[in-house]
Amino acid sequence: MSAVIDTHDHSHDEHHGPAKGFTRWLLTTNHKDIGSMYLIFSFAMFLLGGSMAMVIRAELFQPGLQIVEPAFFNQMTTMHGLIMVFGAVMPAFVGLANWMIPMMVGAPDMALPRMNNWSFWLLPAAFLILVSTLFMEGGGPNFGWTFYAPLSTTYGPPSTTFFIFAIHIMGISSIMGAINVIATIMNLRAPGMTLMKMPLFVWTWLITAFLLIAVMPVLAGVVTMMLMDINFGTSFFDAAGGGDPVLFQHVFWFFGHPEVYIMILPAFGAVSEIIPAFSRKPLFGYASMVYAVAAIALLSFVVWAHHMFTVGLPIAGQLFFMYCTMLIAVPTGVKVFNWVATMFRGALSFEAPMLFAVAFIILFTIGGFSGLMLAIAPADFQYHDTYFVVAHFHYVLVPGAIFGIFASAYFWLPKWTGTMYDETLAKTHFWMSFIGMNLAFFPMHFLGLAGMPRRIPDYALQFADFNMISSVGAFMFGATQLLFLYIVVKCIRGGGEKAPAKPWDGAEGLEWTLPSPAPYHTFATPPEVK
Amino acid sequence: MSAEQSYYVPEQSKWPIIATVGMGVMMYGLASVMVTNTQEGQAGFGDWLVFLVGVALTIYMLFGWFGSVVRESRSGLYDAQMDRTFRMGMGWFIFSEVMFFAAFFGALFYARVFIVPWLGGEGDKGSSAMLWDGFEATWPLLQNPDPEAYPGPKEVIGPWGLPLLNTILLVTSSVTITVAHHALKAGNRAKLKIWMAATIVLALVFLIFQAEEYAHAYGDLGLTLSSGIYGSTFFMLTGFHGAHVILGTIILTVMLIRILKGHFEPEKHFGFEAASWYWHFVDVVWLGLFVFVYII
Repeated sequence: MSAVIDTHDHSHDEHHGPAKGFTRWLLTTNHKDIGSMYLIFSFAMFLLGGSMAMVIRAELFQPGLQIVEPAFFNQMTTMHGLIMVFGAVMPAFVGLANWMIPMMVGAPDMALPRMNNWSFWLLPAAFLILVSTLFMEGGGPNFGWTFYAPLSTTYGPPSTTFFIFAIHIMGISSIMGAINVIATIMNLRAPGMTLMKMPLFVWTWLITAFLLIAVMPVLAGVVTMMLMDINFGTSFFDAAGGGDPVLFQHVFWFFGHPEVYIMILPAFGAVSEIIPAFSRKPLFGYASMVYAVAAIALLSFVVWAHHMFTVGLPIAGQLFFMYCTMLIAVPTGVKVFNWVATMFRGALSFEAPMLFAVAFIILFTIGGFSGLMLAIAPADFQYHDTYFVVAHFHYVLVPGAIFGIFASAYFWLPKWTGTMYDETLAKTHFWMSFIGMNLAFFPMHFLGLAGMPRRIPDYALQFADFNMISSVGAFMFGATQLLFLYIVVKCIRGGGEKAPAKPWDGAEGLEWTLPSPAPYHTFATPPEVK
Repeated sequence: MSAEQSYYVPEQSKWPIIATVGMGVMMYGLASVMVTNTQEGQAGFGDWLVFLVGVALTIYMLFGWFGSVVRESRSGLYDAQMDRTFRMGMGWFIFSEVMFFAAFFGALFYARVFIVPWLGGEGDKGSSAMLWDGFEATWPLLQNPDPEAYPGPKEVIGPWGLPLLNTILLVTSSVTITVAHHALKAGNRAKLKIWMAATIVLALVFLIFQAEEYAHAYGDLGLTLSSGIYGSTFFMLTGFHGAHVILGTIILTVMLIRILKGHFEPEKHFGFEAASWYWHFVDVVWLGLFVFVYII
């Protein structure tokens, strides 16, 4: 990326251009550099977490223990989840926020540029510690990404303490990043850009940032309780001392449920930019979209125990959390309706961002429906801890969050690099991902309904066929991501047509008023928004 | 909109990366110390050294980073818009702290309202009473379900001794810092210095009393971190609060030093205000503690 920005920028901004060499990246305060670093880091983590998924699927290709020890298999499922959630999806959206929010609201940079740099660099530090646990005595975290006590306290490996501190660092990074986003949006908007004129990507990020600040400290709290239980003899999660392992789940999911919206709301925002651009129509129901996102965010605080129906909640609690969870379908339905209504009678074209966005709507809705099934407390007793749950959350995360990120990447790559990506390859990437992903995850619904438990390295013979199909799909999806890497690298190196300032004729927003690639510093003087 | 046009975007800075290395090394060292302590009984010099190097780097960074922010502020680089950014940053930071404490208050409420009564056989979920026959639900929990694994405290700290005194101290300190703030706004530097110093003295006395209370709890009452859920919630809540008081006292001291050096103007003194917000926040958390941990 450096080559592109260097050549295009020096001419008109000599002493404010990027510094030479690696110090540019180490010391930068530029939101575009930091955004790029977030995106690159996120993709590296995506490949790392993805390769762990490949190990999991290789082991599950056939029944019986084939390739790895069960203990290592547990570390793979755990680390795959942790890396994908905290290393791939969240940083990717922060990267998009860094790149796009200042350009979308007409700000010169993020509000607190030095803190922005710190937020990013804490992530490699945290993941260095997290990944290093794999090489420690007793191995890395092996208790699932939800690290339920007492699996993670009484029975966890010694490296759990390192895992806890890695989580702390990630949390600090996220909180600072979120504060930066809020301050930028609330304080640095161009004159005339009222809140209800903001692009939806900005709106969704504003609400996501609020969720982050509200729940990351709760995650810090729960891992601190673990830390004390492990090392200092407290009994938060031990009934012998008057504590309760279920307390862990309550505190964890109070963080965990808003967290899943943290991973999807920015994708909602990006899709709400992309669908109108390729439908050549304004977004249908802008205000209702904003209110729907706010409603989803608020509801996310009162649904956490739907992850815990089987732990023995009082009946009143089960009913409360069941109905609240179902309520979320209402604002989500509003959003899906609005996206479809935006496309209705539009002049549609299907470039790669649009393909990913349309697939997002359809497949995310499937994930939403299986979520509704899981929300029914009595039915959840059947589904709980089966592959049905795995199918459900992979349907919201892969074609939801990840497709949202791919769509955003293709949508804004011309703006970032000044070059059009290779459309044919990108469409190949889409179709391979689409087919691979559905092959991998759709059979998991059937497996789960038939009773296959999650997080096991071996399974009964009747599950063999679907598992094999699932593994083939997973390998296909995994390998296809190398194609994405190739497409992006080619685009960064300028291998393609030069991109105009506004490569998508239906696109709206301040970022398209800037040249492509966007200069190193933009909107030093704020634009006037009518 | 001239304010927007002069928005200060800092040049490259070495502080964030130093902060990253400092925090990474510090956390890694701290984890090593804890793991060796738990696994082998005693952490070695090497583990502590790593931790201390991280701490040293962090302290160096704090001086350097805050130092450059203070210099930039005093040389007039920050306009009203930047000031709003700082205000938002501090406000949301305090909100995140509130949520951190909320997790521990939530654990306390859950333990009192659900866990302990259930373990004692109450209601729908009372079947867990079968785990420990004869366990009686009380609060404060003096007899744990398994007294061998978690010997309970003989007694707990009553609210009307040191805790009440500490409440009075902290509430008074919130008043004194507000008096200092009014003095600053009125341009009365002498009064400002006196009331700031008074605030810090009150904070220090609070800390001394708190230390005495802990010594009493550990030494005489057998109330420790490992004396069951009462000790766990008691020490985690008051301990984290105490840590925040220590941090707040350091911040107030830095503010006093800056005041003595002639920093802050009647109409521009966000650093001071941030410190005072933080102090009020610490005070409010204490009121929550006094009511929910000590009294009720």
